[in-house]
Amino acid sequence: MPRARRRSVFTVLFRAGTVLALLLVLSPAVWLLAGVISKAAPHWQWSVLWTNLQGENGGLLGPIVGTLVLMAGVLVIAGSVGVLAGIHLAELSRPTRRGGAGGTWLRMAADVLSGVPSIVLGYVGYVALVVGLHWDFSLLPALLVLSVMVVPYIAKATETALRQVPTSYREGAEALGMSMGHSMRRVVLKSAAPGIVTGLLIALAIAGGETAPLLFTAEFSSTVWTGSLVRAHGFGYLTYLVYQYWSYPSQHANDLSYDAGLILVAMVLLLLVGARVIVARTQRHTEYRGR
Amino acid sequence: MATLEGGADRRPAPPGRRSQAQGQPRLARMAAVLRAGETGAWKWGARVAVLLPFAALVFVVAVLALKAYPAVKVNGGGFFTGSAWKIGSTYAATTRTDGVAHPVGSSYGAWPLVAGTLQTSAIAVVIALPISIGCAFALTERLPRWVSRPLGFAIELLAGVPSVVLGLWGVLTFGPALSKTLYPFLADHLPDVPVLSFFKGTVGHGEGLLTGSFVLTLMIVPIITATTADLFRQVPALPKEGGEALGMTDFEVASKITLRWVRSGIIGAAVLGLGRALGETMALVLTVGAIFQLAPNVYSPMSTIAAAIATQLDSSLTDGTGFAVASIAELALVLAVISVLVNLAARWIVHRTSRLGGPVGRGA
Repeated sequence: MPRARRRSVFTVLFRAGTVLALLLVLSPAVWLLAGVISKAAPHWQWSVLWTNLQGENGGLLGPIVGTLVLMAGVLVIAGSVGVLAGIHLAELSRPTRRGGAGGTWLRMAADVLSGVPSIVLGYVGYVALVVGLHWDFSLLPALLVLSVMVVPYIAKATETALRQVPTSYREGAEALGMSMGHSMRRVVLKSAAPGIVTGLLIALAIAGGETAPLLFTAEFSSTVWTGSLVRAHGFGYLTYLVYQYWSYPSQHANDLSYDAGLILVAMVLLLLVGARVIVARTQRHTEYRGR
Repeated sequence: MATLEGGADRRPAPPGRRSQAQGQPRLARMAAVLRAGETGAWKWGARVAVLLPFAALVFVVAVLALKAYPAVKVNGGGFFTGSAWKIGSTYAATTRTDGVAHPVGSSYGAWPLVAGTLQTSAIAVVIALPISIGCAFALTERLPRWVSRPLGFAIELLAGVPSVVLGLWGVLTFGPALSKTLYPFLADHLPDVPVLSFFKGTVGHGEGLLTGSFVLTLMIVPIITATTADLFRQVPALPKEGGEALGMTDFEVASKITLRWVRSGIIGAAVLGLGRALGETMALVLTVGAIFQLAPNVYSPMSTIAAAIATQLDSSLTDGTGFAVASIAELALVLAVISVLVNLAARWIVHRTSRLGGPVGRGA
């Protein structure tokens, strides 16, 4: 084949390849969404949202409340720890002698922690908290394990957001006589807030969709959460139903499993879209300000 | 500066005028104290918080090592070469090896699990890498912004789908559909040469190695695509424009300039995906069949380390000596060490090429 001809063939192949690659990802994604909806839609009744779960019958009230409680708890525990850790990494750690960002070892620890598989964290939670401290399957061990899982993520998001706050803001605050803590709250954190909130929303999406570590720390319970932190003999959440109920013999149990899947997907997508909207709005804002 | 804000309050008030000085100055004094305390509170809070991930890491390693120690001692090297995973007779008397009690006939060989983890992850990365590079090119270089932004966001959303939902779809819809269409086609038409003969044989019902690998692929493509697209955006425009000015086609610009510019970063992105694939649990528990065996062909059910930990804990609790739980700790330790090393390597490679670094965390 002549050289010019070969070059144009490669170009066409390359262009077709990029489109094919996109199709190979997007078509299963659409198929997945359609599958989740089509499994749940035919029998969908809004009453599953507020009906109690009784064994394999009833609705999903208990697990829905459980997942929301887990997310709220993660927001409080992992949110405060992660944001504070991010503040330390971005603002307080001393720069290295060569001028790079400080806190290398602490950042490394967070990175390593985010690489530990969630099932391993769940196992450690089971051995140390559920059995070791006699907490039994309940809310607190589940919360702690989920928090350990997402703290590195929130810390990273916070650090990135804080690094994008212009130094002139901090200098301006200092020149006005604000103490470091005061300017942190009123100036720096305020302008980094969109990035931090985005990180928190994504962390919530991860926590709400997680299953593996919860199997060992919360196990399951079909009753609505009674307010106990430990020794609850199980704690219900949505992902467990997706994992187990689809293979049960009763049709209603299978339906509950599909419903739980649909609710989870809707919830996670809502959180991620929310995060994206915040990013888009603030980007527009900063671009406007820059000009 | 200080006199402007609260200096007057810091001077002790003359004793006789204290009754008059109630109200405003006292409030101001409290505010000043609070404000001074605020800096300290932020600093100490941040100092404690930043140590917690480190403490958690040490705790996790310590618990795993302590718990796994008896199993490591008894199982020895056979843990990595043996292929029988048996709790042993939990009703008979227990025996002792090296001072560790365990049931008669217990045997822990994790080779099929280790091999299964490597198989599923390797297949997933091999499929995901070219697809991700293609997607990244399409998103950053080829498509107009109004198309590429929503498409990029759709791929991001795919990363956020809970893995258990992906697994359920894999076992109910995706796997069965493939076992009726793609798998028979592959089994019939691929040549019987080394590597590819692994694709021959009975096709099964869609629960097995290949289905699991495909689902894993869907989970890691968004991660590799996002990282690669970030890298592509950092390639300066001048060399690319120079290439075009010299008459290079867009394929030549892509392969000879853009790809070469970020070569090692892409390896890092692939390793990042690999790290995620190694530790994935729920999607695989549901789609690979979770049977402890070395898969005879790509369609047969098998298991991975992570899936085994999830499915074995219940039955391990029946072992009164606790040796089964210790062996699971050894599995968890092996998995943690592998995926931490892979993750660190990926971060190091990506960081070396890019100041921004790749997206971290568990994908979403």
